[in-house]
Amino acid sequence: MTSVTTELKWVGKSPIRPDGADKVTGRAKFGADLMLPGMLVGKVLRSPHAHAAIKSIDTTKAEALPGVKAVMTAADIEPMSSEWVPAGELQLNYRDLSNNIMASGKVLYDGHAVAAVAATSAAIADAALQLIVVDYEVLPHVIDVEEAMEPDAPILHDDMFTQGVTPTPDKPSNVFKEVDIAVGDVDAGFAKADLIIERSFKTAPVHQGYLEPHAAVASFAEDGQAELWCCTQGHFSVRAYCAKLLGMDISDLRVTASEIGGGFGGKTTVYLEPVALLLSRKSGRPVRAVMTREDVFRASGPTSGAATWVKVGVTKDGKIVAGQAVLKYQAGAFAGSPIQPGCMCAFAPYDIENVKVKGYDVVTNRPKVAAYRAPGAPISEHAVESVLDEISKKLGIDPLELRERNAAKEGTNAAYGPKFGVIGFADTLAAAKAHPHYSAPLGPNQGRGVASGFWFNIGGESCATLNVAEDGTLVLATGSPDIGGSRASMAIMAAETIGMDVADVRTIVADTASIGYTFLTGGSRVTFATGMAVIEASKQVTETLRERAAKIWDISVDAVVWEDGHAKPAGANAGEFEPLSLGEIAAQAGKTGGPISANVALNAEGAGPGFGTHICDVEVDRETGAVKVLRYTAVQDCGKAIHKAYVEGQIQGGAAQGIGWALNEEYIYNKEGRLDNAGFLDYRIPVASDLPMIDTVIVEVANPNHPYGVRGVGEVPIIPPMAAVANAIDSAIGIRMTELPMSPPKVLAALDNGS
Amino acid sequence: MAKIHVTTTINGEPTEFLCEPQQTLLDVLRDELRLTGSKEGCGTGDCGACSVILDGRLVCSCLALGAEAEGQEVETIEGMADGDNFHPLQQKFLEGAALQCGICTPGFLIAAKSLLERNPDPSETEVRYWLAGNLCRCTGYDKIIRAVLECAADMRGNQA
Amino acid sequence: MARIILTSGLGNQFAGGQTEFEIEAANVRRLVAALEKRFPGIGPELEREMAVAIDGQIYQDPFLEPISPNSEVFFLPRIGGG
Repeated sequence: MTSVTTELKWVGKSPIRPDGADKVTGRAKFGADLMLPGMLVGKVLRSPHAHAAIKSIDTTKAEALPGVKAVMTAADIEPMSSEWVPAGELQLNYRDLSNNIMASGKVLYDGHAVAAVAATSAAIADAALQLIVVDYEVLPHVIDVEEAMEPDAPILHDDMFTQGVTPTPDKPSNVFKEVDIAVGDVDAGFAKADLIIERSFKTAPVHQGYLEPHAAVASFAEDGQAELWCCTQGHFSVRAYCAKLLGMDISDLRVTASEIGGGFGGKTTVYLEPVALLLSRKSGRPVRAVMTREDVFRASGPTSGAATWVKVGVTKDGKIVAGQAVLKYQAGAFAGSPIQPGCMCAFAPYDIENVKVKGYDVVTNRPKVAAYRAPGAPISEHAVESVLDEISKKLGIDPLELRERNAAKEGTNAAYGPKFGVIGFADTLAAAKAHPHYSAPLGPNQGRGVASGFWFNIGGESCATLNVAEDGTLVLATGSPDIGGSRASMAIMAAETIGMDVADVRTIVADTASIGYTFLTGGSRVTFATGMAVIEASKQVTETLRERAAKIWDISVDAVVWEDGHAKPAGANAGEFEPLSLGEIAAQAGKTGGPISANVALNAEGAGPGFGTHICDVEVDRETGAVKVLRYTAVQDCGKAIHKAYVEGQIQGGAAQGIGWALNEEYIYNKEGRLDNAGFLDYRIPVASDLPMIDTVIVEVANPNHPYGVRGVGEVPIIPPMAAVANAIDSAIGIRMTELPMSPPKVLAALDNGS
Repeated sequence: MAKIHVTTTINGEPTEFLCEPQQTLLDVLRDELRLTGSKEGCGTGDCGACSVILDGRLVCSCLALGAEAEGQEVETIEGMADGDNFHPLQQKFLEGAALQCGICTPGFLIAAKSLLERNPDPSETEVRYWLAGNLCRCTGYDKIIRAVLECAADMRGNQA
Repeated sequence: MARIILTSGLGNQFAGGQTEFEIEAANVRRLVAALEKRFPGIGPELEREMAVAIDGQIYQDPFLEPISPNSEVFFLPRIGGG
């Protein structure tokens, strides 16, 4: 498959999205917007302790309260065996998933769910929660990743014996596994270095920060069938997890993905959904459960916090000869941090012969980590990109030049093993260098930093159904929840392939009963993989339209061409026929063979990796330590931008999240292990007045494996900002900040220490 | 305690409802009146997703009580379009791709409307600070700010 | 013969530390079977946890992917996303 060579009509434009009117009028239905007759309010009781044994739970008073229709605890869920399955980025263990949804035996973090009720009003549900008596035996807790690795740390799971270590230890620990990546010989590499820099860093866990709290509405029928409405990135995953947890046949559960108010990876798992289903099953009525913002922070997955160490050796010409790292990621209360991709991505943008990365997956008494935009990669790449900046400054080599001298190209052996195919990293570096931002003047206390980033991107199982309506307009159904405007991109690809006006293609997200299995929206996969299914379905429909035209004209199908959305005779010999439009052919569908429809189910392979390079200017206020981002430019190889404005939007949004991660976001736990800042006031994400315009430059190095050259876009942009900002701060005040977030108190302390 | 009977005006329409004393205006809009366009992002007035205009003032409806709407005029996102015609801000947001997931969009539109009613010619800084009470996690604010500035310019142009 | 590279974790666990092999196999399914024969227990691990890169192209579900006699095949942890 090669890129289209004829001029594209819709690809690359920015038509108004099909769900637009509903979104700007408030009509669009998100997770908490659905109401069903007889619906009950579901609420969850959460642990106030970071680590405690549950001696007993007494729900009798709650059950007796008038208006309470169901109460549940972990006792209502069948015990799960310890089975690991892939989920988003992380591997998932059903026993752990079940315990996270409803604590069994122990609570492992402040906010851990212990019971839930369904009642006729929110006030009654709240009162019922107050009546549930839980007898806790408080245990010592551990919050910090390195403290959790100490030999005398409180142990969260008695059956956790570190994997990836030979021989397997006989004492339980909080280290779930060790991971090793190695190519070449780092010792030999370092021996050849003229300059070696090593540095340690710490990052704090940060939340995906979606504005919409988790919400689900469940309705169980007496015959064991159920319907679930929830905001999720993957309704097929939700179906699978819930069916397993509730002991249901998968086909008995029908899940509809509501409009979703942000996910960024955090809505690829389940929290409330099985709870709402269980409460509905018990009460015989629909149940709506919605998290409060406090619940979201206390009990839904942030990404890992980490302690990282990076050592890089270079020749005096700036050629990297060895790269080494040790990464300790915390997984939260249950195993499964993104340590593996963190290790693989750390040095991935560069052509280095000798690489050695060691990773640790560590549990701590915090909420279970969930995927967050390029899981694992921002943390490790922040460390490497920071050290590269130090190297460039020490050697007196321009930081973009340093990266160009070492950039991975087509045919380079990646730091994690296989050769790269066609990639655009060097193109992003060149575009950044040439950008006017890079040579703009700076004032006092201002500094400029650059950093790059890499992410694999994925494809995966995707389905698309394209139906031609009787008037020739199209309804396109996919199984991919739309988190950023993908319905518009799907319509563009269908319209371009068939040759129709994009306004005549209506895209919907089908529920789990109405379309084939589709992997979740994440991994930057939808435009690539679901797009492939859409394009294939469009081609099939085009073929069918040709065949129908042939039947209408009573000529051979070989004598019919499809051009500009019309069937036309192939040449003068085919006969004199006026072109037939889609509408004209569709009107005769019944008599020419039946409805015109195509269904494609595929597993898209061949995702193209993405690279980005960012330029950040900051100004540091030496009196307060406050860092202001003055100017930001993000360059990214997007393969082919199908919907230009939404591709820009992905880059801008990811960059903003990275800036928040760099400057302000962190969880603050008190000494009891309770979360002090469980709200948007004190968990400070960037607001409009914090940021400048974020300029984007889309580089297009086509992915040869997609009909339009698409590469995934959504995740790469969150990777460079943390180092770009840190490097800019160093340029501004000559201080290398090594702890994120680089919030005012930290910067001020560093200035005061003159470090 | 018995429910409180409230008489108010919502998007220009006389409206009556019953509510509990502790129910917020946001609760009432969403759960009693089925106007689910205003969203609960935090419940504590930090995110702006519940923004409404209460007697001409931009407020977080999660910080107002339902009972406080007595005798007041409430404007919500549902009343922003005029029949089939979008408010210029709504149109501009769509054309400028100033939304991705769309959950913060009602709040931003109400807040921006309130701004432009007071200040038809805001600078970028003024727009950013006025909208600092509306959180967005998807867009990085860039296209939202551009849409508001362009819309302000268009609206000034139409009045010139 | 195709060049096969395991992760060092799997190499340590099943192959006495060795990570590089030369094995002839027409597709990934047969390659996994061949590895399972040499190192009992490795098969299920590979199938469950691993993606495969064949000549640089990463396949998350590689079961049927063909391998040519000169291919370079890496076993990699599966990648998801956020």
